Amino acid sequence: MATARPKRSREPFFWALFSAGGMLAALVLPALAVVLWFALPLGWAEPPSHAELAAKLGHPLVKLALFAFITLALFHWAHRFRFTLYDGLQLSHLYGLIATITYGGATVLTLVAGYLLWTFP
Amino acid sequence: MSQGGRLIPSEVASRKAANPRYQLYHPKWHRPRYPIFWWVDRLAYLRFITRELTSLAVGYAAVLLMVEIWTLGRGAEAYQRFSDLLGSVPVLVFHGVVLAFLLFHSVTWLNLAPKALVVRLGRRRVPDRLVLLGHYSAWLAATALVVWFLVGR
Repeated sequence: MATARPKRSREPFFWALFSAGGMLAALVLPALAVVLWFALPLGWAEPPSHAELAAKLGHPLVKLALFAFITLALFHWAHRFRFTLYDGLQLSHLYGLIATITYGGATVLTLVAGYLLWTFP
Repeated sequence: MSQGGRLIPSEVASRKAANPRYQLYHPKWHRPRYPIFWWVDRLAYLRFITRELTSLAVGYAAVLLMVEIWTLGRGAEAYQRFSDLLGSVPVLVFHGVVLAFLLFHSVTWLNLAPKALVVRLGRRRVPDRLVLLGHYSAWLAATALVVWFLVGR
């Protein structure tokens, strides 16, 4: 007798992206924010020229690392914000809509990041 | 309509038609309703929601990084305009708030590491303090790497 296979949950996949993004964000983002948002605009450190920074970002490994980081950070946001809306604002009845907006938004932005980095000089 | 306390198949079918999530004999959930701002009552709840809201800061930082890459790709003049915008007072104040959320994310995330990660050496469990120390050391190393990459010559 054929038995229907239980439907596999997609939750572990999104949780893995959330977890990896959370760890990377915790380790890297404060330093990135302090340097890019404060130290360089306020002149605490000598800012690299546009050509220097563009050359650093143009390296294929740096592009790959940035793509991975941006993707995981976006999916971290998507997963955590989804549950903030469910639990915080008690919108769990909008399960499908919220999941579509958050994961869909993260997917679209990931594609944009890929395009930006792929076409970066 | 039931037969000896059991629902007949047509009754189950009609209930399923009315509610696709209907399951035979499935208990009804007891879900008390809470006010939307249930999390303002206690400091622990407020801290929990604040921790969850740090995801907005993480998402914002990722998008701003994309904008930075985009302006860098558009040439020196576009990048200078973007840098000037970052140096304006309202943006600096806003970024101060975002940075506070990012730091809160880092501290709460790393502090949870010993609970999420049980490390064993042979039969012995590595003490929580050492797991925590390892994660904070990684944070320090990552910070040094980012600073060196961005402003190092």
